[in-house]
Amino acid sequence: MNSVILQLAAKYIRALLVFFAFVALLRGHNQPGGGFIGGLLAALSIVYYSFAFDRQKIRKQLTIKPEGYIALGLLIILLSFLPSIIQGETLMKGIWISIPLYPLEELKLGTPLLFDIGVFMAVIGITLLFFFTLTKSR
Amino acid sequence: MTAIALPILFPFLLILVFIAVKSNRTAQLIAVVGTAVLVVISIYLFFEVQKYGILTLDMGGWKSPMAITLVVDYLSVLMLIVSSLIVFALSIYAIYFMPGQHKSTRFYVFFFALIMGVNGAFITGDVFNLYVWFEVILISSFVLIIIGNSKEQLEGGIKYMALNLIGSLLFLAGLGLLYGKTGTLNMAHLAQILRAEEQSILINSSTALFFIAFGIKAAVFPLFFWLPASYHTPNITISALFAGLLTKVGVYALIRFFTLFFVQDQAFWLNMLLVVAGFTMVVGGMAASAHYDVRRILSYHIISQIGYMIMGLAIFTPLAIAGAIFFMIHNMIAKTNTFLIAGMINKIKGTFYLKDIGGLLSQSPLLAVLFIIPAFALVGVPPLSGFFAKFILVKAGIESKDYIIVAVAVLTAMLTLYSMIKIWNEAFLKESPTTELAKSEEVKLRFGHFLPSIILGIASVLLGLFAATIFEFATRAANQLIEPAAYINSVLNHTMP
Repeated sequence: MNSVILQLAAKYIRALLVFFAFVALLRGHNQPGGGFIGGLLAALSIVYYSFAFDRQKIRKQLTIKPEGYIALGLLIILLSFLPSIIQGETLMKGIWISIPLYPLEELKLGTPLLFDIGVFMAVIGITLLFFFTLTKSR
Repeated sequence: MTAIALPILFPFLLILVFIAVKSNRTAQLIAVVGTAVLVVISIYLFFEVQKYGILTLDMGGWKSPMAITLVVDYLSVLMLIVSSLIVFALSIYAIYFMPGQHKSTRFYVFFFALIMGVNGAFITGDVFNLYVWFEVILISSFVLIIIGNSKEQLEGGIKYMALNLIGSLLFLAGLGLLYGKTGTLNMAHLAQILRAEEQSILINSSTALFFIAFGIKAAVFPLFFWLPASYHTPNITISALFAGLLTKVGVYALIRFFTLFFVQDQAFWLNMLLVVAGFTMVVGGMAASAHYDVRRILSYHIISQIGYMIMGLAIFTPLAIAGAIFFMIHNMIAKTNTFLIAGMINKIKGTFYLKDIGGLLSQSPLLAVLFIIPAFALVGVPPLSGFFAKFILVKAGIESKDYIIVAVAVLTAMLTLYSMIKIWNEAFLKESPTTELAKSEEVKLRFGHFLPSIILGIASVLLGLFAATIFEFATRAANQLIEPAAYINSVLNHTMP
């Protein structure tokens, strides 16, 4: 499809989608959102972009291939188990560290966030894989 | 006890490794070593269960029933050992029988995804988590069926996927209802609530949904149609893997649910199971005798054998359930082995169709011996494992005066004998009908081709020789199932070391 309006819109919408993907990812712990929804939004940004421009070119330009996203996501998920094992706690127990950020409130980071980032990556990967496979022209 | 999670975590780690590995040789090596490690892990867990009783792990440090609990009791650990032994043999088999095509390491990714799903289903103590593992199994097995992309495989794969998705849907509906009624999905907590409840009207709707859902997964009559439609299409390694593991997860779930918390209206549900068991045995056995493709005979025969396991559950005495567990152990090993042999026959003769095969007895006597072991084990000839399995079941049936099912079981053994003799006669005894041209293409097998079948054959023989010991463990498993107080207690009250 070669529509100037779509191509122009795609650039802004992509930026917005990526932004909200990260918002959804980060607020997921206490409010609606999370890695899965964030991942879908992030994948959607690329999908939307490739509707506006040449699909196969977009696919080639991806720095990380869809399969790479899946592998990376699974790896991060596995890594998020490590802190609980190292600390001798029950498997998958959330381990939190807090970084003081004066004058703001402290920043709390934990393994659940790491796990969510893993889900985020894996969902991006699988969605893009579906998309590029299903729209492949023969 | 973090070690409980190892049967899930270790395959997960291997999946990541296989995504990274590009060389086919390296992948094969890692698969063999990896499955060997799985065997070691499950044997370690077995000794832990012997030492401490039922092992539990509340994931994430939450207290059950809030947490997803992993529970390993005798039944789980016996299933883990047998399934890891089978996948170990299959990982060797895959070296010789999986064509090393482009992206063949993909096969190993989904091979271990399937193992992860099966192990997860065996050790989870949470109904929803069980559903998740069933989905993992379903998706990875669908990918395994269609590896190779032939038209036949796609057709079989679609049928497999569609019919199993209906099962998953019913499973989800059933667990939704169960959650609505009780407010929990932790199996031990469910057992605590439902066993105290005399009211059964509200529970029966979920029981029926689970009965059908697991019935589809276990391929019982009349819900087995996905199995013969798909099992003969993929590569024989994958057929063997499915034959050993897939339906048995369904049977495992049936045993777990109907002993642990679906105990209201037991008279009705057990009768239902008994009828289903009888029909499954006979219909599977008869359908098997009508076919001439080795894989189809064996596929229908899987269904027939599922009936015996359900029969043990339906009679519902400690002896009968021990018999069902013993039968599962025996059947998983022997059934996989027959598929391995079918693959070897195909390798030598280039076809699975019995009418085009013959003369294997003189051509490869070792193969004949290797076929005799699982075939006789399945029929139930005395020194082998199947005899003791059937003997226990028949004895339990007579003790509880279920004479009809006993008669059906004995009759079905005849049908089994008939199909095994048919394979024996057609493939091994009769003269080879092939022409000179075809003969020159026949392949000589090396020792490595036979090795997986030898491993499983020895396991079958040992299972027969040490039947008393195995039966002792099966009895302990059955006692834990019949008296679930220990199970409930160790999950909910954390009576753990």
